[in-house]
Amino acid sequence: MRCTNMCLAVIGKVMRLEETQAKVKVEGNLVNINIQLTPTVCAGQHVLVHAGFAIAVVAEDEATETQALLDQIAGVLDDVK
Amino acid sequence: MMSNNVGVSEQQFLELVLKAISETADKQLRIMEVCGTHTMAIARSGMKQVLPNTITLLSGPGCPVCVTDVSDIDDACILAGRSDVILASYGDMLRVPGTSGSLTTARISGADIRVIYSSFDALRLAIDNPQREVILYGVGFETTAPTSAVAIEAAIRADIGNFSVLSVHKAVPPILRFLLSDRDLSIDAFLLPGHVCTIAGTCDFDFIAEEYLRPCVVAGFEPVDILEAILMVIKQYQENMPTVEVQYRRAVKARGNTVGRQYITRYFNLADCVWRGIGLVPASGFKIRDEYSKWDARAKFNVSPPRVVAAGCVCGDILKGKKQPPECEYYGVNCTPANPQGPCMVSEEGSCAAFYRYSCLGG
Ligand code: SF4
Repeated sequence: MRCTNMCLAVIGKVMRLEETQAKVKVEGNLVNINIQLTPTVCAGQHVLVHAGFAIAVVAEDEATETQALLDQIAGVLDDVK
Repeated sequence: MMSNNVGVSEQQFLELVLKAISETADKQLRIMEVCGTHTMAIARSGMKQVLPNTITLLSGPGCPVCVTDVSDIDDACILAGRSDVILASYGDMLRVPGTSGSLTTARISGADIRVIYSSFDALRLAIDNPQREVILYGVGFETTAPTSAVAIEAAIRADIGNFSVLSVHKAVPPILRFLLSDRDLSIDAFLLPGHVCTIAGTCDFDFIAEEYLRPCVVAGFEPVDILEAILMVIKQYQENMPTVEVQYRRAVKARGNTVGRQYITRYFNLADCVWRGIGLVPASGFKIRDEYSKWDARAKFNVSPPRVVAAGCVCGDILKGKKQPPECEYYGVNCTPANPQGPCMVSEEGSCAAFYRYSCLGG
């Protein structure tokens, strides 16, 4: 990952844990990521990667969020009717 | 068109959110986003053109590159110019102009400056070059500060004495408090930075809603996230119930990343810090704690304390939401991404650069 843009964070999947590091699959590439800020992460989970560190374990439950958003919009549009 | 698992395409999604915004945004609302990635996503998606004209989006001090002061660039250039030093810097910092040049010009004059991706790259440089002093140029907010702290801890444990950090790390809540205390600031609500809140959590931002009565939503980075966050802001505003809500629920918890926060408090304390174009902001910078001064480049190399140097551009007013980039006399004339005068034009995520790239002027 040759990104030098320090603001960007990307989501990757933890493939293998190696002490303070993990092999994380980011956009199809396996990269070494430091996991000292997310010490409880397990293989198979998704992490948010920033400047070579996993900074958060991210929930995968997008369906629930999507549904929540749709419900919210439906609510807003109902209110204005 | 990609469909998600509730069977609605992204396009349909965007249209629905936009429709909801258009039908509800009946009052003028000035919303400040405080994150470089938001600034870029907003500019790239052309969102401002499709939002109703009651909604004004302004870019605040959310890009760590843009808020790094001239004096902090000068200090880095001076340190990098020493023959015994390797300065390890994130790539974005290289073109930021200081008083009489940037790290790029220092490099041309012979300074040994290496571009790193992670704080551990700097530590590796120190191990590989025991006869040199390796200085990590620690730039960034709550998201990046703990990564510098982890490197300091590793240096202490492995007794790597030729490694130190020049910290210009900054904290987001104090700068927002500083902006809000300005009576001229006409900002009605905030989109809070998703990645900063991943570490910092939301509790430290509660004062914005509680004391200053401004709605806040922590937003994710896709255009649809930002639109949803705008919709949430509008609802809060209309119901007159300002609070700190999270749209970016996948990654942000109220208490943030406690391990990351502990790293910050163990190795840094808050000190006065100069924000480019804004000036000295009390207790807003992460300074390495005195007990770790051996790994603090400021203490080790006797770097002068923060001082205000005139920047000569109006980035400060832009970061405060008082001006838009085209209102700067340099904008697009002698300040362009290829030849930046101010930091807001250097980083891709800077307000001026994002504005320039995605406006007709930038092509
Ligand atoms: S256009 Fe250039 S000089 Fe003007 S505010 Fe933006 S970065 Fe500064």
